[in-house]
Amino acid sequence: MEVRNEDENTNLLRSVDWFTIILYLIMVVAGAVSIYAATYDYDKASMFDLSEYSGKQFLWAGLSFLIGFSLLLIDRRIYEAYAYPLYGFMILLLIVTIFIAPDIKGSRSWLVFGPVSLQPAEFAKTATALALAKLFSTYGFSLNGWRNYAIAIAIILLPILCIILEKETGSALVYTSLIFVLYREGMSGFVLFAALMAVVYFVVVLKFAAITFMGIPLGMAIAFIMVMVLIVAMLLIYCRSWILGRNVLLGYIAAGLLAGGLTLAGVHVNGYAFFLPVIILSLLYLLWGMLHDDLKKVLITICFAAASLVFLFTVSLAFNHVLEPHQQTRIKVTLGIEEDLRGAGYNVNQSKIAIGSGGITGKGFLGGTQTKLKYVPEQHTDFIFCTIGEEQGFVGSVAVLLLFLALILRIITLAERNHSTFARVYAYCVASILIFHLCINIGMVIGLCPVIGIPLPFFSYGGSSLWGFTFLLFILLRIDADRGNYGTW
Amino acid sequence: MRKDYNLEKRRLVIGGFVVAIVLIYIARLVQLQVLDSTYKANADSNAFMEKVLYPSRGLIYDRNDSLVVYNVPEYDLVMIPKDVAQFDTIDFCNTLQISREELETRLQEMKKSRSYSAFTQQVLMNHLTPEDYGRLQEKLYRFPGFFVVQRILRQYNYPVAANVLGDIREVNAKDIENDAYYRPGDYTGDLGIEKSYETWLRGVKGKEILIRDATGKIKGRYNDGADDVAPIAGNNLRLSIDIGLQAYGEMLMQGKVGAIVCIEPKTGEILALVSSPTYDPSLLMGRDRGKNYRNLVNNRLKPLYDRSIMAAYPPGSTFKPTQGLIFLQEGIITTSTVFPCRRGYVNAGLRVGCHGHGSPIPLKPALQTSCNAYFCWGFKYMMDKRSKYGSTGKAFEVWKNHMVSMGYGYKLGIDMPGESRGFIPNTAFYDKIYGEGRWVGQTIISDAIGQGEILATPLQIANLSATIANRGYYITPHVVKNIEGVGVLKKSFERHDTDIDKRYYTDIVEGMRMAVLGGTCTGANIPGLDVCGKTGTAQNPHGRDHSVFMGFAPMNDPKIAVCVYVENAGFGAAYGVPIGALMIQRYLRGNSPGLQARGRAMASRHTISYPKPKKTTGTRIDKNKKQTTSKSTSIGDGSKE
Repeated sequence: MEVRNEDENTNLLRSVDWFTIILYLIMVVAGAVSIYAATYDYDKASMFDLSEYSGKQFLWAGLSFLIGFSLLLIDRRIYEAYAYPLYGFMILLLIVTIFIAPDIKGSRSWLVFGPVSLQPAEFAKTATALALAKLFSTYGFSLNGWRNYAIAIAIILLPILCIILEKETGSALVYTSLIFVLYREGMSGFVLFAALMAVVYFVVVLKFAAITFMGIPLGMAIAFIMVMVLIVAMLLIYCRSWILGRNVLLGYIAAGLLAGGLTLAGVHVNGYAFFLPVIILSLLYLLWGMLHDDLKKVLITICFAAASLVFLFTVSLAFNHVLEPHQQTRIKVTLGIEEDLRGAGYNVNQSKIAIGSGGITGKGFLGGTQTKLKYVPEQHTDFIFCTIGEEQGFVGSVAVLLLFLALILRIITLAERNHSTFARVYAYCVASILIFHLCINIGMVIGLCPVIGIPLPFFSYGGSSLWGFTFLLFILLRIDADRGNYGTW
Repeated sequence: MRKDYNLEKRRLVIGGFVVAIVLIYIARLVQLQVLDSTYKANADSNAFMEKVLYPSRGLIYDRNDSLVVYNVPEYDLVMIPKDVAQFDTIDFCNTLQISREELETRLQEMKKSRSYSAFTQQVLMNHLTPEDYGRLQEKLYRFPGFFVVQRILRQYNYPVAANVLGDIREVNAKDIENDAYYRPGDYTGDLGIEKSYETWLRGVKGKEILIRDATGKIKGRYNDGADDVAPIAGNNLRLSIDIGLQAYGEMLMQGKVGAIVCIEPKTGEILALVSSPTYDPSLLMGRDRGKNYRNLVNNRLKPLYDRSIMAAYPPGSTFKPTQGLIFLQEGIITTSTVFPCRRGYVNAGLRVGCHGHGSPIPLKPALQTSCNAYFCWGFKYMMDKRSKYGSTGKAFEVWKNHMVSMGYGYKLGIDMPGESRGFIPNTAFYDKIYGEGRWVGQTIISDAIGQGEILATPLQIANLSATIANRGYYITPHVVKNIEGVGVLKKSFERHDTDIDKRYYTDIVEGMRMAVLGGTCTGANIPGLDVCGKTGTAQNPHGRDHSVFMGFAPMNDPKIAVCVYVENAGFGAAYGVPIGALMIQRYLRGNSPGLQARGRAMASRHTISYPKPKKTTGTRIDKNKKQTTSKSTSIGDGSKE
């Protein structure tokens, strides 16, 4: 018994991915040090003082090392076996949280146990990832047919709903990143493309809503032209239908010349009256044309174009009626439509000042004024990247970005080197979640994304967040360490 | 398990997405941190608050080390609008004892100001009284964004010399534009030496860099004050003015319009520079400055106009010594040359009046009696001496150059703002009026006796007196003897030699001595002081003649040169001579009860009847006014006494 254990342990030491562990350790320590810098007060105590944020973070970090080490000792079969019960338990916990959690800054996501508060949403990520991995690794399961899609999507949507009910929209959005996993496991790339286009349409329509072109908002006109370009491009590249593509293109050019000529002649051409008939006519032509061509692909093209038109007309409606006013403002601030430096734009503006003032090499450790003097709110949690940008400058900021890039790419490598679906899907879940956090958190701090309150993994202050990511990562490491035993699956 | 290599390629899409995002973010960081430098400034303006530390303005002493101008602290209430939070307006107004409307108006005015910025210090109220300050200081913590800045206020030990000292005022938009030193709310010299010595007096501002957090709370000094700069106090000035003499002169000039200038001939140091009417310099400081300033501007006698250096008057007979010098230098006359005086200069239908004395007479008695005819003849002979000069025009240019070398026609360069250059015509000037070659000596004969187009400031006349006392040179007159820590400005030292030989000055000095001993200014004959003098009774288009005196003493070791100019006061002997004599005694013999009594007597003699020319109040000298005729409008009546 003892001998076997020893054996197992030496095996583990050899097969665990030390590269990832080192990246993890660097980031956690750098994070705690940054928190010390972010909350440093000119007359305050040491980095490890437990009454300070940095001291606590070192405590959380120490505990998370312990957690990580323990997780490495748990056999991977346990995770597989208990994936669904764990998922069920977490969903239950999320639902309970909605009802018993106190209201903290409008959100009901924290469970308070005396001096310790935990955020179940941070741990639900791991459970959801395990459940998704379990689902895909079920014998005979593949992403085919609406039923299997529905189950996979349901597993993702359930925690999203619960967390939205907890009023933690940011954390809920994180789960949408799992779309990458579905893509990797066989979902049509077209869905990703459509999602990307939805974002592009959204930005274009809102950003240029105030300027009028041909009697309609410029954003709409640009979006219409994009739809036309996409139709032609899809016909030529995706359907490989040269004739249909050429004909539609010529039709658009003719219509464009006609509209241009009329405008020059002094006739006012309304944008809707021009674009809509032209696009709809081209789609009708394609309906006829698909009978002679690759029916399915042309039909997808038609559906995509039609869906684009519907989306375009609902986007501003949705923006104005579905989103909360503060969310609308955050988006407008990001798009540069509004400034609002004292309100919604304050955080981001001060955060940009902090980062921008860092210059190339930064102001030096504890030398930052923006963060020290509390000009950037939430600087030790969601805006921790500011402190790094201000004190370590461009060099430090890029280093952090590269650390994350290395970690994510490493996880993708781990995913692909595993021959079990369970390991691969789980690894992609981890990678997707990290990608989303990286994109949104740093994106908002440097003013490229709207403000969505999610932490920077391993850096932001908070035990729940750090432990949540530790769970996520070390379960992966253990599963990966066992890859040899399951290679023949 | 079956491995789908087609799907495995999708790792590249996902990985590529991450790489793309990271590259985009790095590009953004390049833009924020490397290319755009405005963020640094923003962060600094957020975090660092520069508190200006005002230097103490230089003090001003008189030549005998009496403190004339010093500073007392005053307090300005300033605010940084950005940092002002909600505050109890009623409490605020009660503390400052102003009404709510006043506060509103003041805030509006402040916002309209061109230099307004929500991020920098704005002056809300200046000149807080110590009581206001005391009350406010206790409550200041309740009004975030407001604070009190200590400034200096000028205080004057003597209510005199306002024209010399000048004043300070708040800078305007133009000052700020022209000189980077100034910030809104600063003070700058406005008149007098406060203006001309501004750069010495103001010192160098210091600064204290404070660290301010997001709530506007001061968290301490940046770098423990290592980057703070202490203010450097302004340089103290030592005036050449004798404040006692100045006060005495101002007393003598009470009720009169005009000026007194006293110069120490050897050094060019101005001992007294009186302009009358004048005002108490304290009026132009503190809260009532604006009101008082308006009153002074609107006063019909223009007390802000420094007559001693700004007013250009006809010099009258005080001009005659210059003519004697030129004629001697040019060989037109010798000391034994005599000209006839038939109760005046009478020639070719022109008559410039004079009064009874022996005829014909040589130069010294002519100076003694101030004979108009003598100098008219001399002038006529010089102008018409074609054998020497070729033409009247050329002769006149020679004459003009002599005048310029004696300090006329151009600014002397006193170290005070606003000096007038007087006026000495040149050939081109007369060519323009009469046509080239169409004028001769007699056409412009009144120039010979300091009338006609000739204009001079009292300073220039005093300077002539100093030049004669020095026998041929003067030092640029100045009111600041030295600047503490710097010494004497070089230009104050400059010696100017006239182009007249020194020996001719001896003759002129003798003539002027004779005038005091038995001529026109016997009133200045003070036993033991050997005064030399020359009177003037300057005709002018504004009414009664101006009473002028120019002199120096003692004759052989001159300590003081003086010019007295009293507007519309009649003969030089009536006011100019007695005032000049009193000034000389006050300076050379010091103060005495007798001198004070005579001074008060003079102070009570008022001549002000400005600007109505026909009515005069100084009736007692009216009966002596002589009448002369004139033929041409360009020729002033002769004047003498």
